[in-house]
Amino acid sequence: MKFSSLWEFSNPTKFISLSERVLPSLWILAGGSLFVGLIWGFFLTPDDYRQGSTVKIIYLHVPAALMAINCWLMMLVASLIWIIRRHHVSALAARAAAPVGIAMTIIALVTGALWGQPMWGAWWAWEPRLTSFLILFLFYLGYVALWEAIENTDVAADLTAFLCLVGSVFALLSRYAALFWSQGLHQGATLSLDKEENIADVFYFPLLVCIAGFVFLCIALILYRTGTEIRLRQTSALLARQGGEHVS
Amino acid sequence: MFPDLGKYADVVLSAYAVTATIMAVIVLVTLVRGKRVRSNLRELEIKQEENG
Repeated sequence: MKFSSLWEFSNPTKFISLSERVLPSLWILAGGSLFVGLIWGFFLTPDDYRQGSTVKIIYLHVPAALMAINCWLMMLVASLIWIIRRHHVSALAARAAAPVGIAMTIIALVTGALWGQPMWGAWWAWEPRLTSFLILFLFYLGYVALWEAIENTDVAADLTAFLCLVGSVFALLSRYAALFWSQGLHQGATLSLDKEENIADVFYFPLLVCIAGFVFLCIALILYRTGTEIRLRQTSALLARQGGEHVS
Repeated sequence: MFPDLGKYADVVLSAYAVTATIMAVIVLVTLVRGKRVRSNLRELEIKQEENG
């Protein structure tokens, strides 16, 4: 496939036909990886010598946090495509990704708090990574609220795209804050391309499978939701042609 | 077979329960809404074809 042919999928019909072709495989990959990864991590890995059994929370917290940030970055790319090339599918894909990002952010915040209470002695700490993550969560809520508040979809797409650009600062901050603000409670990266810094293999491999499961699940959800957004727009257009009501 | 989670059993199980609930909700809401929108659109298209 040539790179230029990627733009073909800005055509709603082609986008839906592609997503319907790949979605069954994505659901199977997501379900399979999550099943294998979580069973492996929960039942077949030992406790950590310091964290005890709370280390099993890593299989939920790390993939969810990764996807919370990556969903926003995906929304950023889609928003930039909307701003520059005015492809409606990209604006709708960004809109479709936001609730998925919210779900991932809530999972990361709650599992982080549940891990933090016995390990840090506090459910929450106002430290750089956690605070920037909370702000990212508020940006997600604001993004969804802005889409809902504006009836004209092109205006909504413009305004939410700019909100997404601003929020990207906090998405990147929540990813890198632990690296450049040393006063935070949050430890450094759990995974790194530098092998020396990674967690022990016994935790590392099931974690990779869980991350794959979360990635496949998020892609499947976003593709399916984008298809739904496209159909909603088609429904609105049909109703408008018939002089009917607006659908949201 | 079930691992001994020791004194942290409540937090570990809560983390898994919360995650399973949130994931189930987002998947179900996504699929149900998608199905509803798809059938609405199909109905409208059929109506439009009937009206010419």
